Amino acid sequence: MDYLLGAERRRSGPLARVVAFILRLALAVLIPLIAFFVLYQGFLFLRAGDAPKWLVAVIAIIWGVGGVAVLYWIFNWLVEMLPDQWTAWLQPFVFIGPAIAILAWYLAVPTVRSFVISLFDRDGLSGAFIGLRNYLTIFTDRQMLQAFRNNILFWIGIATPLTVSFGLLAAVLADRSRWERVAKSLIFMPMAISFVGASVIWNFVYEVKPVGAPQIGLLNAVLTALGGQPQAFTAWTAIAPFNNLFLVIIVLWLQAGYSMTLFSAALKGIPEEILEAARVDGANELQVFFKIMIPYISGTIITVTTTVIIFTLKIFDVVWVMTGGQFGTEVIATQFYRTSFNARNAGLGSAIAIVLFVAVIPVMIYNLRRFKESEAF
Amino acid sequence: MTRLQKLRGPLLVNLALALIVVIWIVPIIGLLVSSFRDRQSVQTTGWWNILPHRAWVASESLDPRAEGLVVDEENRVIEVYGTKTTFDELRQGIDVEGKRVQWVGNWRIGKIEVQERKWQVSWDFTLDNYRQVLGGKDFVYNRPDGTQEVIPGDDMWGAIFNSIAVAVPSTVIPILIAAFAAYGFAWMKFPGRRLLFVLVVALLVVPLQIALIPILQFYNKVQLNGTYLAIWLAHTGFGLPLATYLLFNYISTLPRETLESAFIDGASHFTIFMKMILPLSIPALASFAIFQFLWVWNDYLVALIFLGGDKSLMVVTMRLANIVGDRGQDWHLLTAGAFITMVLPLLVFFGLQRYFVRGLLAGSVKG
Repeated sequence: MDYLLGAERRRSGPLARVVAFILRLALAVLIPLIAFFVLYQGFLFLRAGDAPKWLVAVIAIIWGVGGVAVLYWIFNWLVEMLPDQWTAWLQPFVFIGPAIAILAWYLAVPTVRSFVISLFDRDGLSGAFIGLRNYLTIFTDRQMLQAFRNNILFWIGIATPLTVSFGLLAAVLADRSRWERVAKSLIFMPMAISFVGASVIWNFVYEVKPVGAPQIGLLNAVLTALGGQPQAFTAWTAIAPFNNLFLVIIVLWLQAGYSMTLFSAALKGIPEEILEAARVDGANELQVFFKIMIPYISGTIITVTTTVIIFTLKIFDVVWVMTGGQFGTEVIATQFYRTSFNARNAGLGSAIAIVLFVAVIPVMIYNLRRFKESEAF
Repeated sequence: MTRLQKLRGPLLVNLALALIVVIWIVPIIGLLVSSFRDRQSVQTTGWWNILPHRAWVASESLDPRAEGLVVDEENRVIEVYGTKTTFDELRQGIDVEGKRVQWVGNWRIGKIEVQERKWQVSWDFTLDNYRQVLGGKDFVYNRPDGTQEVIPGDDMWGAIFNSIAVAVPSTVIPILIAAFAAYGFAWMKFPGRRLLFVLVVALLVVPLQIALIPILQFYNKVQLNGTYLAIWLAHTGFGLPLATYLLFNYISTLPRETLESAFIDGASHFTIFMKMILPLSIPALASFAIFQFLWVWNDYLVALIFLGGDKSLMVVTMRLANIVGDRGQDWHLLTAGAFITMVLPLLVFFGLQRYFVRGLLAGSVKG
């Protein structure tokens, strides 16, 4: 279209040029207006939601995805109509602007806002300023201390090393077997299952019936067949706090596939010659594993460990659905949810979120350092 | 190495691996099997009873009073096969000549069963559990004793549509936005480029909990709460750092010469992006798409907060969590419901596993 208008200009007189200019201006205003109007109508339609469900779903998808594409197209079109110098200056912002705006609005600004809210009482910014008192509460409240204990001792201290070492074990075993792909797929499969779904699966494994009645939960059936007493594993307060281990098992089941996949790829990256040379020199398999493989994949071990730590730090769904934080299984994220959305204490809830944020700052710094060292920029 | 040693190594490896695999899939098999079993069976017997096992099966049924087996009506004493027992003992069942005799029912109108131990399988499969969980209307359940019970359905069908309407845009929108941004960072020069990318890297690990309260307050102010748009934008925001980071890593390594020759031919950034970069980046786009789709489909927390309590908008994970909360003992429904939430992600997973793994390997730290 630009090309056509340009060709027109060369052939015609000043009047036609003015008309063309006005037309262009009108188009530049009209097209975005029409687009916004259509998008807004779509939004109203979706919000009303009287139409059949599948129709709403289809229109929602077209509206959402198409809307974003159309917005990009319009803004780019507007920028390209400007003089070349302006285009070169503005176009980068058309490309990265939306991403930066959303990142800022959904992550960066909320971080600052959460910090400010955390200095106020339960009504947030419209309440009273109470300084650091929310943080004092966090580090003295009995439930919060229990959450810290569980997050640090069970989730970071036990679940993380278990997931890492189990993944490594599975990767090494699979690497040497003939049915590597099938085995890896099956161990990896839980990664595709939601935490809520996994909670149902394991709740069923842990299901308990009264003594004497047939046990329909697998674990209790095995236990009673061996002569034991049936137990409500996650609610087994007699062994508290070690009933947390039964939640840890679920996360191990969910996450071991992730760590296995990364280790498997790393192991395949070790040059065969090095392994062969060590074996020829008389090293046994254990020595090869500890003296060559482990050092070689240490980078991957760090990556997997930090990822799993970050994941377990924020663990929520499994605990929420399995026990609701009862029986001494409270974690930071369930405390956050309960405080913010059940007790509606915005100040204290934000303070808990800030504690979570502070906990990942070391990882953030590590990432930034690695980025600085990289040659990408 | 002797031949025996040579054989022993792989055997141990395969056995250990097989053990792990079995432990990993048995919980899922239990779920799947139970979801197809009759309600009564699920509640009273373990799912492994579908395998051949030995169990007491009634071979004969006697009416105790008609047969004159009750010898003392007042003290409830019964004589069977020449032995006198009390009612309480007989209810537990007593062993007589390798058979078991048991009183079934109450004292007034019960009967006596003679049971033999036989090999059997309990294959009482049904699709009722799925009908009930999927349907939005009331479901009539016929109890074994002939009475009926009306149970409200859980409308999982509706929830599946909601989940699709949430997950597809929540996957495509961040990809589109991130691809534009990744191209901008990789191929355009502008002030603040490095600083802005540092922001992206820093935000990679920010826990999304930190954003929930401020965004909820913002949504309340602009009345976005409980709309699809609200949750798309939230998922877009939370997925964008990883998407931008991954796509930048990929797009910045595309061969520079091809792009430069396109520039010389007079193509604009927009055309190059649409016609060359997007098609070339399909592997990276697919990797992230699977990642994000699974993440959004399986998400519970974000949906719980931004879709609110509106039943008509509930996604599958919320529906399932609701069944857990309301009817946590109804295993026939829970297992069917859980399997419904898993079908689509498992299909995506097995169909596109290669891309998923590639995405994982490219970086998998998400906030």
